[in-house]
Amino acid sequence: MTTSTTGYKVIGTRPLRHDGVDKVTGRALYGADVQMAGLLHGRILRSPIPHGLLRSLDASKALELPGVEAVVTCADLTDPGDRIAELGEGAVNLKHLSSNCLARGKVHYKGQAVAAVAAVSAHLAEEALKLIAVEYEGLPHVTDVRAAMQDGAPLLHDDLVTESLGKPTGKRSNIAKHIQFKKGDVAQGFQQAAVVIEREFHTATVHQGYIEPHNATALWNADGTVTIWCSTQGAFTVRAQVAELLGIPLSRIKVVPMEIGGGFGGKIRVYLEPVAAALSKKTGKPVKITMNRADVFEATGPTPGSYIKVKMGADKDGKLVAARATLAYEAGAFPGSPLGPGAMCIFACYDIPNVHIDGYDVVVNKPATSAYRAPGATNAAFASETVVDELCEHLKIDPLDFRIQNGAREGTRRADGPVFPRIGMVETAQTAKQHAHYTAPLGPNPKAQISNPKFEKAGDGANLGFEISGLRVPRRGRGVASGFWFNCGLKSSASASVNADGTVSLVEGSTDIGGSRTSIAMQLAESLGIRADDVRPAVGDTDTVGYTDVTGGSRVTFATGWAAYEAGQDIKRQMIARAALLWGVQPEAVAYEDGTLRCLSDDKKRLTFKELSEKLHATGGTIVGRASVDPPGVGGGFATHVVDVEVDPETGKVTVLRYTAVQDVGKAIHPSYVEGQMQGGVVQGIGWALNEEYIYNEQGVMTNASFLDYRMPTALDLPMIDTVLVEVANPGHPYGVRGVGEVPIVPPPAALANAIYQALGVRMDELPMSPGRVMAKLLAKQ
Amino acid sequence: MPKKIHVQAVINGQPMDFLCEPRQSLLEVLRDELRLTGSKEGCNNGNCGACNVLLDGRLVNSCLVFGAEVQGKAVTTIEGIATAQGLHPLQQKFLEHAALQCGICTPGFIVAAKALLEKNPKPSEEQVRHWLAGNLCRCTGYDKIIRAVLDAARLGS
Amino acid sequence: MARVWIPPLLRDLTGGRETATVPGANVGELIEALEQQFPGVRGRLCPGGALRPGLAVIVDGQVGRLGLLETAGPDSEVHFLPAIAGG
Repeated sequence: MTTSTTGYKVIGTRPLRHDGVDKVTGRALYGADVQMAGLLHGRILRSPIPHGLLRSLDASKALELPGVEAVVTCADLTDPGDRIAELGEGAVNLKHLSSNCLARGKVHYKGQAVAAVAAVSAHLAEEALKLIAVEYEGLPHVTDVRAAMQDGAPLLHDDLVTESLGKPTGKRSNIAKHIQFKKGDVAQGFQQAAVVIEREFHTATVHQGYIEPHNATALWNADGTVTIWCSTQGAFTVRAQVAELLGIPLSRIKVVPMEIGGGFGGKIRVYLEPVAAALSKKTGKPVKITMNRADVFEATGPTPGSYIKVKMGADKDGKLVAARATLAYEAGAFPGSPLGPGAMCIFACYDIPNVHIDGYDVVVNKPATSAYRAPGATNAAFASETVVDELCEHLKIDPLDFRIQNGAREGTRRADGPVFPRIGMVETAQTAKQHAHYTAPLGPNPKAQISNPKFEKAGDGANLGFEISGLRVPRRGRGVASGFWFNCGLKSSASASVNADGTVSLVEGSTDIGGSRTSIAMQLAESLGIRADDVRPAVGDTDTVGYTDVTGGSRVTFATGWAAYEAGQDIKRQMIARAALLWGVQPEAVAYEDGTLRCLSDDKKRLTFKELSEKLHATGGTIVGRASVDPPGVGGGFATHVVDVEVDPETGKVTVLRYTAVQDVGKAIHPSYVEGQMQGGVVQGIGWALNEEYIYNEQGVMTNASFLDYRMPTALDLPMIDTVLVEVANPGHPYGVRGVGEVPIVPPPAALANAIYQALGVRMDELPMSPGRVMAKLLAKQ
Repeated sequence: MPKKIHVQAVINGQPMDFLCEPRQSLLEVLRDELRLTGSKEGCNNGNCGACNVLLDGRLVNSCLVFGAEVQGKAVTTIEGIATAQGLHPLQQKFLEHAALQCGICTPGFIVAAKALLEKNPKPSEEQVRHWLAGNLCRCTGYDKIIRAVLDAARLGS
Repeated sequence: MARVWIPPLLRDLTGGRETATVPGANVGELIEALEQQFPGVRGRLCPGGALRPGLAVIVDGQVGRLGLLETAGPDSEVHFLPAIAGG
């Protein structure tokens, strides 16, 4: 459902994606599909322990195995020293990045790469790994964020002291960073509150769970140039990282982004690319490395587990007056969790006069964490949106009315300082309230029916399931939650050449993870007044397209779409000049409207885009439009979700019965793919909420590093996911685009927790809300 | 290196010979020896379905079948679903419904859905969800995939 | 004169002051002006002559893309916040 329409011809329609046929026929080439003559296969030796010193490494026996061609260790990468570089999306400590590719002297998590082998077959490379002798000196480990913050906890890094905006603390610690935001006076604010709720929350480490494992193929040529084919969210950041880690100039590296099988934030940092390049340098042959699924879980970048404490107060009229939060995020082995955005998002849905937020980035002996769809925000919203629900319960206010009353709007000052421009938070709550889902009976469970899900009903889940004919009957509940994500702008490039048949070949720099080349092509088509199908989009490599930042931050349709729009304007200017030449008039006398050029002084003189395209070679040659942008005007995204669940009081299993996601999408370029982003984000959020977690044993080893045991949602676990696209156009974009990809993962855990509460009368404060944890809460209540 | 085995099989309707090591899975043979890279490796232990193929018409995870096991059998991969006449209705419906985002799981879903529709031409939504529970998709939330399969079934594929 | 919001963790240098109105046509000049008033601010915000890694400047609600060169108007509002990276 779309709630607004405009006069667009292409935008808002649903053309078939340009790369679609390749992808439904198996022809599309992903990173692992790269084949070439003489290709060697690389495999990585990984640490079996979570923390320890690397005492020695002897690969001589591995190298004696026929068919094994090379072994590399950290000695084959440059030692970058303790240096921080801006590499695309954010600052990276090169020492940490390098150690994460091949450990330097110490291992910080089970699974960390220690050495790599290249051999004529993957099986042989795996055999060779077993012949490498490594001596470790084990150290005590810590895998829990709060344990790692204690005095006396095993310290992961000798040189780590808490960074507190430059204030020297001097003390060695696992707390890498402290951040703080303050607005108003919280102590005074809480004094005005009629209801104050304070709760603590824990969330588990979770993985992005893309289906395609990481892969990289590298060829170090005899002339010193390196070509890398890989699956990445950003070819240019791979180039920058590899250049730093190998100590060679950018210009010697070409990165070819293959089709990518999902990323969600996890395919930005390099793992295999520099290693494959080092192996290729040693062997003179192309080397392909692919991860297996256990490697992906244990040795890439999941998103942090966290501890969050939230206190919120509202006055008797239901107006939020104060909020306090403390967030501690597990960075994993090296500093750099998405703590900042988590702390900035935690109360962003609301207009609250008094706020105090503290955040801590904490290293633990787990894989170095990465971004995951609205990084940091989902953990935070689970905590704050559950507390909001409890406030509503005490105040006897409908939770959507509460959000409409307290929701952030244009002019609201965020807790971290800046003022919101035009945003759609309140609209999402209003739309959710009007949606049929919100007032639909929860039936058919007779006693559980709630015609109007107000919170008076909530407490009566105390009976823990109804007794009907001696059987316990599953209980149903409905929950709501909202979420916010900033979205990003950043740099994008595109070039587009006009073909003689009136089509346009577009090269853009954003790797396409979810159909984005079509949404970018549609913006070019709209700007030129031609059909989407008349634009042929392609994703360029680092030698064929201008610098483009990563596919992440919900930025591609916004920023690379903007580049395509600008390239379209560039083409239009040149087309106008050609028409002026043909008609013998000044360019000012030519109008370009709706794909047709018209002579203002002679109405009979008209040329369609296609007609003029045929004449380009005779009027000066091909026209190429180009643009490189770093646009301002990023529009933040808000979502409000409604979910119905059924909980089996015998087992604690939560079944999602119905789900409706309402989101301010700015302007949906290709509504099907916007819906798809929302549905996909919701389901990742449901997995995070109900099942997914890294389970560690006492030895600091993840015990569920497979898709069987790390239980992501399957088709059987889910209903259809209804989407409502609210279009509050972003005034900062030519077509009103807001990023849409990330915010839909933010509300689900809290919405589900609130629904479980309505069903059972127990407040969940830990993710995932797996059957065991739900049962534990139920039993504790009994 | 282990001695290779000579295998004869019909791959996508075409009789083929190949050599493989005893330890090579059918997925490895398809991808590395026959260069049919449409079947994807997501987990290599039968949990994700990205490598689904039909073996004598039966749906299997090709990562759990040895290459040597297909001697004398017929294998259909994603590359064998479309014909010279055009896309299979499932492929067409996946496109129309935007039932793919990154596309890595798509070959497995299409092969699995084809096996379903051959067995049960008019499945219910529940039956589709049950049949496809062995195929993981992380992008779409399954909604549009289920709709595409139901729509293809309505078309009488 | 732009209004700069002092990050809470820098307020040890400003005696608790939450905002400061200082002259400057761009962010670099604003930081220089702050440094005159509150010595030490520059070293904390931009050690090594550039914005601290992981820190972003927000001018009038927009993430500054030019770092210290980002222009600020006479009525601008300036914040220093953690940089956002998306998934």
